[in-house]
Amino acid sequence: MLRLEPRATHSVLAAWLSPLVALVMTVITGTVIFIAMGKDPAATLYIYFLQPLVSASGLSEVAVKAGPLVLIATGLSFGFRAGVWNIGAEGQYILGAIVGGGLAVFFHDSTNALLLPSILVFGIVGGMIWAAIPALLRTRFNANEILVSLMLVYIAELLLVYLVHGPWRNPQGWGFPGTRTFPDAAVLPIFFAQHRLHWGLILALTAPLLAWFLVAKTRFGYRVRLFGSAPLAARHAGVGSTRMIWMTLLISGGLAGLAGVIEASGTIGQLMPNISPGYGFTAIIVAFLGRLHPLGILLAGIVIAVTYIGGENAQIVAGLPKAVTGLFQGVILFYLLAFDLVTRYRLVFSRASRPEHA
Amino acid sequence: MLDLIIPSVMTMMTAATPLIFAATGELVCEKSGVLNLGVEGMMLIGAVFGFIGATVTGDPYMGLIVGAFSGIMASLIFAILTLLLVSNQVATGLALTIFGTGLSALVGANYVGETIDRIRPLYVPNSADGPSVAQLFFGHDPMVYLGLLVLLACAGFLSRSRWGMILRAVGDSDQSAHAIGYPVIQIRFAAVAFGGLMAGIGGAYLSLAYTPLWAENMSAGRGWIALALVVFASWRPIRVLFGAILFGGITIVQLNAQAIGLGIPGAIMSMLPYVATILVLVLISSNAMRVRLNAPACLGQPFRPER
Amino acid sequence: MLPDSPLLQLKGIDKSFPGCRANEGIDLDIQAGEIHALLGENGAGKSTLVKIIYGVLRPDHGDLWWQGNPLRVASPAAARRVGIGMVFQHFSLFEAMTVLENIALALPAQDVGALRDKVDATAESYGLALDLDRDVYELSMGERQRIEIVRSLLQNPQLLILDEPTSVLTPQETDTLFTTLRALADEGRAVLYISHKLEEVRRLCDRATILRGGQRVADCIPAEETAQSLAEKMIGRRIDQSTGKAPRQSGQPGLRVSKLRTSSAAPHSISLSDMSFTINQGEILGIAGIAGNGQTELMTALTGETGPPSSGLIEIMGATANQLGPVARRKLSAAFVPEERVGHAAVGDMSLVENSFLTTLDDPAFCKHGIINWPAVRAFSDQITHDFDVRSSGVDALASSLSGGNLQKFIVGREMLQRPGVLVVSQPTWGVDAGAAADIHRAIRSLAEAGSAILIISQDLDEILALCDRVAVISQGTLSPVQPAQDVTPEQVGLLMGIRHDAITNEGTRATT
Repeated sequence: MLRLEPRATHSVLAAWLSPLVALVMTVITGTVIFIAMGKDPAATLYIYFLQPLVSASGLSEVAVKAGPLVLIATGLSFGFRAGVWNIGAEGQYILGAIVGGGLAVFFHDSTNALLLPSILVFGIVGGMIWAAIPALLRTRFNANEILVSLMLVYIAELLLVYLVHGPWRNPQGWGFPGTRTFPDAAVLPIFFAQHRLHWGLILALTAPLLAWFLVAKTRFGYRVRLFGSAPLAARHAGVGSTRMIWMTLLISGGLAGLAGVIEASGTIGQLMPNISPGYGFTAIIVAFLGRLHPLGILLAGIVIAVTYIGGENAQIVAGLPKAVTGLFQGVILFYLLAFDLVTRYRLVFSRASRPEHA
Repeated sequence: MLDLIIPSVMTMMTAATPLIFAATGELVCEKSGVLNLGVEGMMLIGAVFGFIGATVTGDPYMGLIVGAFSGIMASLIFAILTLLLVSNQVATGLALTIFGTGLSALVGANYVGETIDRIRPLYVPNSADGPSVAQLFFGHDPMVYLGLLVLLACAGFLSRSRWGMILRAVGDSDQSAHAIGYPVIQIRFAAVAFGGLMAGIGGAYLSLAYTPLWAENMSAGRGWIALALVVFASWRPIRVLFGAILFGGITIVQLNAQAIGLGIPGAIMSMLPYVATILVLVLISSNAMRVRLNAPACLGQPFRPER
Repeated sequence: MLPDSPLLQLKGIDKSFPGCRANEGIDLDIQAGEIHALLGENGAGKSTLVKIIYGVLRPDHGDLWWQGNPLRVASPAAARRVGIGMVFQHFSLFEAMTVLENIALALPAQDVGALRDKVDATAESYGLALDLDRDVYELSMGERQRIEIVRSLLQNPQLLILDEPTSVLTPQETDTLFTTLRALADEGRAVLYISHKLEEVRRLCDRATILRGGQRVADCIPAEETAQSLAEKMIGRRIDQSTGKAPRQSGQPGLRVSKLRTSSAAPHSISLSDMSFTINQGEILGIAGIAGNGQTELMTALTGETGPPSSGLIEIMGATANQLGPVARRKLSAAFVPEERVGHAAVGDMSLVENSFLTTLDDPAFCKHGIINWPAVRAFSDQITHDFDVRSSGVDALASSLSGGNLQKFIVGREMLQRPGVLVVSQPTWGVDAGAAADIHRAIRSLAEAGSAILIISQDLDEILALCDRVAVISQGTLSPVQPAQDVTPEQVGLLMGIRHDAITNEGTRATT
């Protein structure tokens, strides 16, 4: 008879294996879905998962998409490790774009070299402000940060809509919703001509490395893990819960805000009603897929970015609606959670005697 | 005067009804100790499949049944993952919402723009007579009455029936319930499925009665508001009614603000329900003691029996 | 059924868990009308065996007979149907529900009004007072146990199993319980009584079966044994009985608490009022008391984890510590071992290495400029496991994989190896096997001899009287006058623990004066 019993140590093998298995299962499920939709599964799978990786332009597009995902997910991983559930990263992303981009719009004629770093800083601050709200409400009023941060997403989206249709609308934009384009001094320079790779991606790459170092080697990282694992023990070790909630929310808010302003400045060049294909939510999946480990997040970000690009291509080439990408992401998370069990338990054969009714 | 109040109350009740269904379902689910954040996803699934069912069969009530059933199915995915495979409830609920959003968008893509025969009120007054008190009591569509009925039935079930007592016990201490011999997993499965049923109905109501059409993401966060309502109600069904009606009232203010000519931009007005949700949460949660005493003690904790 | 065949008979019971053989070839027989003790250290296999009898666990091998017929117990419900009832050490109660609801949940569906009458009648006839409409979270441990007992009695058990029932009772409540159990035995029922309190077993039980390391090692009549001989059978070796209480030189005050007051709004937390005591270096002070009288609050006030006290003074090694958090107090050379092992003193999901860092995270040897020196921490954890004989699958093992005794040794070792001037320990040997308990006691004594001031908070009177120089009793947040241990008898302390508790909570057990 098969039984599950808890493991005595964490299994590193299982930790790396479960995301892989989840991926494989998702591909299999995808095949089934494509067949059901009357598409050629092999060709469609290729478009989705492999085509983006075979050309330079494909790779650069993947990198462009992966950047914000990795940045946001890295920030989220701190909170999730600490048991602080920041689901509103999407809202913090938008606020980062609004505050940073707002500065760029305000100084739309400037050529000052300080403008670019300033808007990046403003972006981080914008994201932090938006994350400070759930932090405050949780620590002062015990309000659930999941619901508060989520409500703030809807509010942020509406705020952006209001601003780009209203007070910030480009007077030379022929009525299209959107702000003026940012001045060159506020745009992240591209380092690879012909592609859209800008320096913001370098920032996105360094974040996981820094985060890995923080979590594994510093006392702060230890405290974060401690707080998430055993709050009473954390208290016993002198870790204040208020401080921890604030710090983790501000970190994730700041990084999400940074991602937002980078996207607005580097990839888009202005503020529009739609500056996020749901990065804030997808980043949650990236964080889990990467098992909250910075290196894993880097890989997971690339994988998810591939499905984004693949999804766009599939829409054009195979006529598949964009929504399939969202579906895949949900499915991959489901499989990951299902196989998560294996990392904590192992299967054992036992010789239990069969019970009968008394 | 009646001209204004009666239509407002009617709108308030229809706006409240999807919340009543979704929040009541989630309340029962949480009372058993399971936190299902996938309400938004389940509502969207109920909405899209309900709409498709109505389009294909031509009967909105068939659509309702299809929507309800699809809600149950969606919730079962969650139940299998969290109850059998002991996965993290917060993450799984989020996954369900993301999945439901994607699935509904995909499945509904071909149905945007379709129209159906909506669920109609039972009693429609003669248009010449205008609004009347009779309409106030009898003029709602059947789902409004059903929602109230279900809510009252749940209140009675939880406080007076044996199985309601057992459900509460499971949410209070799953280990104790297991030690006594109750099938904790099965009871929670049933509670989660009920939550899915209610969310599916609530979502189907949106696409079959409230605004009889399908659009991506049409629940616009109502699932999340329903979750907040459960907290607001301190896990007591009758209070869910007050909360839902409160949100119904906010909807009316939102709709009428332009008519009244308040001059507030539409986007800002649309923020109202979300801001209200935050305020409501702060109000209720700030009394930490009260939350601790009313929230099911096992809420969100995975059940790992010693065997 | 033959007249003298046993009520319950077990033969060759085997049961294994990952990493341990809990039961190995155990035989047991219980006669009707007897009170039968099941003795053994923690980890000897008593709880496992009893859970098999009650249907919570299934044996890997072995047979059971009930009233002469073969018995397979598939579940607790099945056990109850057969006539086996059990009162666990850890209660299966629902805090946010009423006493009546709690009882109703443990019984098959029936009319609530009739149930109310039945409960009243049963409680009356066995002397167990219960207020049916109160919520359980408001009740004391003794009251909660009564719910469990009434629940079992209502199902008319022929065999009633009790697992460590008196660990949470005052001496007077214990007397009431014994009267009840005697009444049950006189009616022809049987009682299986698990306990490590050897004096009580000698007082109450007709026969005893002793387990050690998962096997049955002896069978005896407790009244014919001494507590020491029973203990030796349990441990399997002679025990060094010397208490080693050499008269100690009084040094400087290590821990001084003066008129300490705390308050908390949590549902059933106890506020401390006007607590005062001083422990000099080299001294061991013991605070005895039944759980729930303010021990947890005292521990948190001393560690400083929840903030400064409402008023009063806490002095560690001569320095005022009121406003300091746990890390700062540890810098003053204090160390703490809270009551709850997993979740508070240690993190179940982390390895022993990571747990070593928990209370040493401010130590410059382990962490400089915020960067952790893991090799140094690892060396420290090696030292702990070596010096304190901690058995595990290595220092990378998760804390949750250690047995209670080993984890406690690890935690105590971690604190002691920091050479604190002041050590505060709560329930040092709760749920710990006798071998590990003796090790911990030895370590505490040597730490005191090396000059540390030690405070022991414990429910175990024997432990307090064996280890401590001076003794006080905590009851409902207040402290009795501190007295030298040699001037005090167990009965006096027991009375102190009980009387004030009764007077303040206003509940009396009818069978006592």
